[in-house]
Amino acid sequence: MRPLDPRLLARTRGARIALATDVIAGFLATLLILAQATLFARIVVAAFDGRPFRSRTLVLFALVVVARALLSGVFETTGRLAAIRVMSDLRMRFVGARLAAGDEPEPPEAGEVAAAAVGGVDGLEAYFGRYLPQVVLAVLVPVAVLLWTANIDPTSAAIMLVTLPLIPVFMIVIGRYTEAKTRARWRSLARLSNHFLDVVRGLPTLRAFNRGEVQAERIAATSEAYRRATMETLRVSFLSGAVLDLAATLATALVAVTLGVRLIDGGVGLQAALTVLLLTPELYVPLRSLAALFHVSADGLAAAERILELGEASSAGEGGAPTPEGWHALTLRDVVVRYPARAASALDGVDLTVRRGETVALTGPSGAGKSTVAALLLGLRRPEAGRIEVDGADLAGFDVRAWHRQVAWMPQRPTVFRGTVRENIALGKPGASETELRAAAARAGFADVVDELPEGFDTVVGEGGRELSAGELRRLAVARALVSDAPLLILDEPTANLDPDNADAIAAAIGSAGPDRAVLVIAHDPKLAGIADRIVRLQDGRIAAASTEAGVR
Amino acid sequence: MSTLGDLIRLGDPPKGRLVVVAALGSFTVLLGVGLMSLAGYVISRAAERPPILELTVAMVAVRACGIGRPVSRYFERLRSHDLAFRVLARIRVAFVRHLEPQVPAQEEAYRRGDLLARIVDDVDATQELFLRGITPPIVAVIAGTISILAAALFVPAAGGILAAGLLLGGVVVPALAVAAAGRTGRGRAELRAELTAEVVELVRGAPELVVLGADVAARERIADLDATLARRARRAAVAAGAIEVLGVLVAGLTVAGVLAVAAAAAGSGMLDRVLVASVALLAMASFEAVAPLPAAALELRETAASGRRVLDVVDRAPAVRDPAEPEPLPDDPTVTLRAVDVRYATTEDPVLHQVDLRIAPGERVALTGPSGAGKSTVAALLVRFLDPAAGAVTIGGIDLRELTQHDVRSANVLDGQDAYLFATTIRENVRLARPAAGDDELRSALARAGLEPWIASLPDGVNTFVGEEGTAVSGGERRRIALARTFLAGGRVLVLDEPTAHLDPPTADAIVRDALDAADGRSVVLITHRPEGLGLVDRTLRLRRGELT
Repeated sequence: MRPLDPRLLARTRGARIALATDVIAGFLATLLILAQATLFARIVVAAFDGRPFRSRTLVLFALVVVARALLSGVFETTGRLAAIRVMSDLRMRFVGARLAAGDEPEPPEAGEVAAAAVGGVDGLEAYFGRYLPQVVLAVLVPVAVLLWTANIDPTSAAIMLVTLPLIPVFMIVIGRYTEAKTRARWRSLARLSNHFLDVVRGLPTLRAFNRGEVQAERIAATSEAYRRATMETLRVSFLSGAVLDLAATLATALVAVTLGVRLIDGGVGLQAALTVLLLTPELYVPLRSLAALFHVSADGLAAAERILELGEASSAGEGGAPTPEGWHALTLRDVVVRYPARAASALDGVDLTVRRGETVALTGPSGAGKSTVAALLLGLRRPEAGRIEVDGADLAGFDVRAWHRQVAWMPQRPTVFRGTVRENIALGKPGASETELRAAAARAGFADVVDELPEGFDTVVGEGGRELSAGELRRLAVARALVSDAPLLILDEPTANLDPDNADAIAAAIGSAGPDRAVLVIAHDPKLAGIADRIVRLQDGRIAAASTEAGVR
Repeated sequence: MSTLGDLIRLGDPPKGRLVVVAALGSFTVLLGVGLMSLAGYVISRAAERPPILELTVAMVAVRACGIGRPVSRYFERLRSHDLAFRVLARIRVAFVRHLEPQVPAQEEAYRRGDLLARIVDDVDATQELFLRGITPPIVAVIAGTISILAAALFVPAAGGILAAGLLLGGVVVPALAVAAAGRTGRGRAELRAELTAEVVELVRGAPELVVLGADVAARERIADLDATLARRARRAAVAAGAIEVLGVLVAGLTVAGVLAVAAAAAGSGMLDRVLVASVALLAMASFEAVAPLPAAALELRETAASGRRVLDVVDRAPAVRDPAEPEPLPDDPTVTLRAVDVRYATTEDPVLHQVDLRIAPGERVALTGPSGAGKSTVAALLVRFLDPAAGAVTIGGIDLRELTQHDVRSANVLDGQDAYLFATTIRENVRLARPAAGDDELRSALARAGLEPWIASLPDGVNTFVGEEGTAVSGGERRRIALARTFLAGGRVLVLDEPTAHLDPPTADAIVRDALDAADGRSVVLITHRPEGLGLVDRTLRLRRGELT
């Protein structure tokens, strides 16, 4: 992990004033500790000299305490408030970027990304709000303490200066050795946790086979083994904290003893000696805080880097001319598409026209570029060369949002959204009547599924709801596409995972989608392709064969 | 706080180790107190310019404290982590032991969403209780009391002021921190879960949301949730700032007070002037004892919520218990249900009503009916995952309640609807049914489940990893592995609960055919809501609304 990621720092722009305030408050609070030490020494010296102590000094001491308390409060709060703003900004940018990412050949794993975007980004509060200000303080405070001490008693300042470099040296040596090991150890602890979850999830199965007790014992044994191994690592990794502690207390002890000897020799006054004694531990406070915050913020930082990676997608064009409702033909003209991860072009000079009133089937082996054609027509991707035309006008010039209202699309891997079955189908046509929804479900062969659901159309599906099988999900998605009366209908493998009866029903439903619609069906299944007016075969990103318009029927 | 008490009882921390951790923690704080107050003494006494030999002991003590403190702290950290790991292991084991007799009957409630993963996180969270929640208060009491007594020994008033200060800092401030967190922190975990679910959906379905025009609404939902989370976080940050102000204020003003009375005591001759700095520095350093308490209190509060959820599971009564004096398993494998009623406490209508069923040795019976008709409840009865409210389930005429659960489940083997694949190899997943089984038996079970061609196609064969992070396994293969496991278990009656759920018809048909072929003279109860395989059984019974028709 890089302790200061420039991309992340760039994102703090809106929060910089707050972060600066935070650092200033922290630094002022430290200066007040120096003042407090001086006043403390003054009161002690007065008592030592047998003078009645001046209540003014005590009041001043108390005032310094109050001021320091307030500044500490500001230091604690401001940084975090700034961090929270940065976090929201990061999260919403990420969301925007995901929506604008369009069609990706290898979409990220949703659960992992969501964990980074929610819990991970929350972890940044420690990084921005505490770690980052502390980095600045870890430089400023020792310098201030050293200067102040040098002003009072240069000899003690010299002792401090000697012990100070020990810290980074020790930390680097020990940190290098253990960081990787500690990380590996935490990961294996996480695995242990997964093992536990695995056992709990499978408990009904274990119980059916009389294995519950044995597994409980195995958890005990595994945990014990991991405990031993982890303690082995901690023994070394806790050393770095111990070295910091040792530097701080040892420096204090050394300074105190040296001061004692010099006091006896008359080399230094009591006032100066006491002040320096109080200052010495302060030298190490920010460094120790930094070390304590390091691991907390490391996790947040790792998550943030992941989010930044995924959040840098180009944005699709909004605004632009409204699309004509009454278009007649959609044309791909000599289109080339490349995916960065692949050497070969996904599409390499494709010409294709889909007209209103006709059904075109797109066939070809996996990876031939079929879904890419769909993404182009949907405006989810821009071609590297060539253009997509609506009645001769470039699709790129139209407002994407308006264009999407002219399209109904069922992707190859459709998503079921959290909500009822009704809501999921109605996404295809907001405000659709109950009759329309039921009709669409029936045409997609989904009505049978709905009948078997405990709450019918009101059954909650999606994450946390009833699970749908692959075939059920596909029929739901077909229903969602069929309920729409958009002029362009694009269906990507609508009959995959379906038994022949259901597949036939869906093929028939697509065949009778409507007289004035342009339909593009991506199909492996020759039977499904058979309902089309034309079959276009793609291979290696080129059109391999196209049947003439009257050829099939 | 009884939650914490119950949790501690559940985790049962080894007393000796707890004492060691508390002692090391107190020792660490006291060495810090000793370092500062002795250093104050050395410097003050040295200012009187005594012969240096007079100060040698004190100087050695200062150095000893300076070296001893980090050492003591190091061992305290090690011991406390060790304790936390030990206790976590105990809680995990106790949790599994308590949950086992409740599944699957009561476990349904946890299945929805990922509640199960969350309760497991809750179990893991309890380690924080032992790491940060229990010893800091004990340390605060021990080190705080000793510091107060030491201060009072020199100046009684200073002891009084320090006592008041430590009480404020160690009790009132943490209590305020908890109160503030109660106002700001409620529901933050739920909000996060909600936000995560929205983001998962957005990431998964982004292109569809865009084309459907539903992206704006999705983005707004996320923005709303994020704004609510941010509002809570801001309030928490402000509360934390206020707590910080109070903490610094209490410590600083206490030191001021102690310094004032010590100086006054020196003025009136009640205190040696070389001890003024010592007493004040003692007070200053002793606040280290209460410094971790606000954070510890917040941690306890969080852990208490997790702990409550864990205890809710643990405290639930098991669905069935073994009899005190069990009967031996009868030789006759005939299984009967006689006038059985099953009722879940929460629902009013019985799930099963007056069900009579007899499965003769070697008989193959299919049980069909729509979802929710009570088919899986029959399966649960046959392996005694639950007991009937009325009537009886018997093996060879003996009521299951008079047999051990072990014997019942050795005789009647269930291939459950939710048969689970563990994150291990195919071999281990099958072998768990009978770990003593040899390789030949294993191979035969796999063959009978129709898995051989598939396994032969895998580079690692039976040693291929499956489960959550293993090789993706299709629904059909998953079912077949579960079947192989059932075959390997042996038994006399096979109960197959929905072996074809979520499978396409040809696969479903093949699986049922293979399962019935492989049953090999054993009785089979095939529970299904689909038509596949019904032609292959001796008779088909239909359950409807809890009654056999």
